[in-house]
Amino acid sequence: MENFTPYSALAGGALIGLSAALLLLLNGRIAGISGIVGRALPPYPYGDVGWRWFFLAGLLFGPLILRLADGNAANIDIDTPWPILIVAGLLVGYGTGLGNGCTSGHGVCGLARLSPRSAAATVVFMAVAGITVYIVRHWFGAED
Amino acid sequence: MIKNLSSLFCGILFGLGLVVSQMVNPVKVLAFLDVAGHWDPSLALVMASALVTLGVAYRLIIRRSSPILEYSFHLPDATSIDARLLIGAALFGLGWGLSGFCPGAAIAAISYGRTTEALLFTFAMCVGIWLFRLIHRPTYS
Repeated sequence: MENFTPYSALAGGALIGLSAALLLLLNGRIAGISGIVGRALPPYPYGDVGWRWFFLAGLLFGPLILRLADGNAANIDIDTPWPILIVAGLLVGYGTGLGNGCTSGHGVCGLARLSPRSAAATVVFMAVAGITVYIVRHWFGAED
Repeated sequence: MIKNLSSLFCGILFGLGLVVSQMVNPVKVLAFLDVAGHWDPSLALVMASALVTLGVAYRLIIRRSSPILEYSFHLPDATSIDARLLIGAALFGLGWGLSGFCPGAAIAAISYGRTTEALLFTFAMCVGIWLFRLIHRPTYS
């Protein structure tokens, strides 16, 4: 647990919760990112897409502010090979469409609303993701 | 226009939260999912903190008859726990476990230093969404 960062986790989580609360209070919308992306992509003839593109613009702009404020902040590591990233992206897009949500829509917004449907989805994607990491790392030994 | 600006502001807050909590970093997410390795419980605290914040706020907000800038709340009305939900969640979990990217983190990572990989993932994700639409023809009630 040498990499455990409890304070930044609590602070960042509170910001995410605050964002979702404000979007609900102001716009009456759920801050589920897969739902926002899925309904922002054309063609979408079922209603307003403008707010979705503005939310996504903010999602790009917030991290950019922090990155420009601290030149050394952007220390993300990605050691997943490109072909795996593409397969993973396809699965995440298709899966969140079919399951109607992701970590934010089901895992945060749905659970906060005490939705049994979101609780079921969260248990399933957490379990499958955990098993996937276990197989990749400890069976195939992608990492020690 | 004010609805778009409030949405932009919420998006900025969400992006800041992903960076501050380091959930924008796939290695950090994978370290949470790797229970049998050098386990990093940070993601659980991120979720708990977001859930408490939103859970309390939600109870207060839905007492209102409407949101501030809209005529009514747009809340999901689906309640059934069906095969489609569970299979979708499982496929998402597989992709999340392979990459450490969920949709929000991938988009935030585009502007946070790992543009090429995050764009590649995000583009594939959009193709996945289009495939889903093509095959299942959702009506988005």
